[in-house]
Amino acid sequence: MRIRVFEESLVGPILSGEIRTPCHLYSGQEAVAVGFCAALSRYDYIFGNHRSHGHFLAKGGSLKDMAAEIYCRESGCSRGRGGSMHLTDPEVGMLGSAPIVAGTISLAVGAALAALIRGDGRVAVSFFGEGAAGEGVLYESLNFAALKKLPIIFACENNLYATHMPIRECRVDQPIRKVAEAFGISNYEVEGNDVLQVYDACRNAVENCRGRGGPVFLEFMTYRYRGHVGPDDNIQGLHTDIRPKEELEQWLAKDPIKKLESYLMEHRLMDEQEIQSIKEEVGKEISDAVKYAKTSPRPKPEELTNYVFA
Amino acid sequence: MSSPRKLSYSLAINEALCQMMELDPDVFLIGQGVKSPWYVGNTARGLLERFGESRVIDTPVSENGITGAAVGSAIAGMKPVLVHPRMDFMLYAMDPIINEAANWFYMNGGRTSVPIVFWGIINRGGEQAAQHSQALHAMFAHIPGLKVVMPSTPYDAKGLMVAAIRDDNPVVYIDDRWLYSFEDHVPEEIYEVPIGKATMRSRGSDVTVVASSYMAYLSEKAASTMAEKGVYAEVIDLRTIKPLDQELVLASVKKTGRLVVADGGWKSFGIAAEVEALVSEGAFSCMKSSPVRVALPDVPAPASTSLENAYYPTENDIINAVLHVI
Repeated sequence: MRIRVFEESLVGPILSGEIRTPCHLYSGQEAVAVGFCAALSRYDYIFGNHRSHGHFLAKGGSLKDMAAEIYCRESGCSRGRGGSMHLTDPEVGMLGSAPIVAGTISLAVGAALAALIRGDGRVAVSFFGEGAAGEGVLYESLNFAALKKLPIIFACENNLYATHMPIRECRVDQPIRKVAEAFGISNYEVEGNDVLQVYDACRNAVENCRGRGGPVFLEFMTYRYRGHVGPDDNIQGLHTDIRPKEELEQWLAKDPIKKLESYLMEHRLMDEQEIQSIKEEVGKEISDAVKYAKTSPRPKPEELTNYVFA
Repeated sequence: MSSPRKLSYSLAINEALCQMMELDPDVFLIGQGVKSPWYVGNTARGLLERFGESRVIDTPVSENGITGAAVGSAIAGMKPVLVHPRMDFMLYAMDPIINEAANWFYMNGGRTSVPIVFWGIINRGGEQAAQHSQALHAMFAHIPGLKVVMPSTPYDAKGLMVAAIRDDNPVVYIDDRWLYSFEDHVPEEIYEVPIGKATMRSRGSDVTVVASSYMAYLSEKAASTMAEKGVYAEVIDLRTIKPLDQELVLASVKKTGRLVVADGGWKSFGIAAEVEALVSEGAFSCMKSSPVRVALPDVPAPASTSLENAYYPTENDIINAVLHVI
């Protein structure tokens, strides 16, 4: 819920030009990051990609630090040097995110290798989109991870579009998880809009990794409400002209947050009033974070070369 | 007193690796062929037996994926030494080296260092042709966030490997198989050759010759030959090409007023051009003649020995360049 409200709070500032860093919004996919990170400990490692606001928050990164980074302020998690696509909080195991498609998959394999060498029981997770399945490094990484039985979970968030390209135009064999089979890696398809199913699948995968059972590949079926980058929804007929309106509506009907709300109410775990008060709390937290971001100073021009060593 | 111990260049690297792995459990060696002298000479001798397969990791041929994994382990706090036994194949790994490792510290606001050594071996000659011969150091030196070292002696080979492993940030360590059998005094204890510091191999007042790696060896040889004829060259071995030791180069050129730069890479847009630019910006008024570059012609490496002989610069090329500028 924090992720959704935060992401949607960025729409206005992006449109007005107040936020210039390219934001790849996570709205619609929240259940994946939330369900997954609930199955991890603070010490486990995750690497994100270009669309990682949700991963950062779900792993326990500070909302204020992330908001400040998206506003490119000195107080941001990457001190205004990274922007929306370079979010990091090593203290909670969010080792980093980067927009080179599939570029962080091998990094996560390396974090898993570190865990194996040290024997510290940590698990590494690589979040990537289905578009990354077009990159060769995924296959190199799968092979090496399988060969060394590394404690890594390959988390493919299949939102059906690689930037503007529908998946059916990118590959002939649609279930991406099957690529793991060639390397003897167990793989599962997961309903990515159901946070409880996500949690269960991830808990099993994490247990498998901790028990030295080797890597697991999970493919989460999900959908992003917004376009590849920015708030545009890419609906056909509008200028980006990509997706049928009916497709978006079908997925809106499977909204992961509404789904959880109705589950909670059906099972009398929460009532409407409690949910409402959470919403208010989240709204307040986000407006505070945005206020903090906006009032923080930008990095000083004379500090351009800070953090350069060669 | 016994005479100081001598060690070959390749065994000096081996000793640095062994001692650093002994000292620090976070240091490990990974790359294609670390089990095989065919790939890495005797640089990895005895390491597998001593440290086991978890810290001496021979890998499939997957340069991009394995380099990324080494970078990821460094982000998670390990200190990998990643070897590319032929730097030509390192081109597959440019993404994790440049996009990720070099940028990581900056783009994350200094939150996480990437303490990794990218060790690339230049392996040329022997009619190996264009994809088994390249010296790509200038490409790496162009990238902010990478240090690049190129030792020319066994002493420096050990000291720079130790310094590279200890460095908190990515260091590209480039050596040349042509240097592997050279022997020199190498102290048994652990020591560092500081990154970013050049050294003077011979003193002279007639001309400054700036070089690195195998070309530093040839330059020193050329300087001795020339000294017999009364021409005194000051040979500066850069040892680190990035960050470049500007101070030592400029001080020498200000004294001699003449410059030859000898580099094992291609002539255009390379290290030799960079050193000349440094001198024209920093010591222009001291120059008595135009500088000269001795480097590879802008041609892919050929196979045939007759063409190889025309391709690789020699001691004589350096001597002729010196005679041209004085």
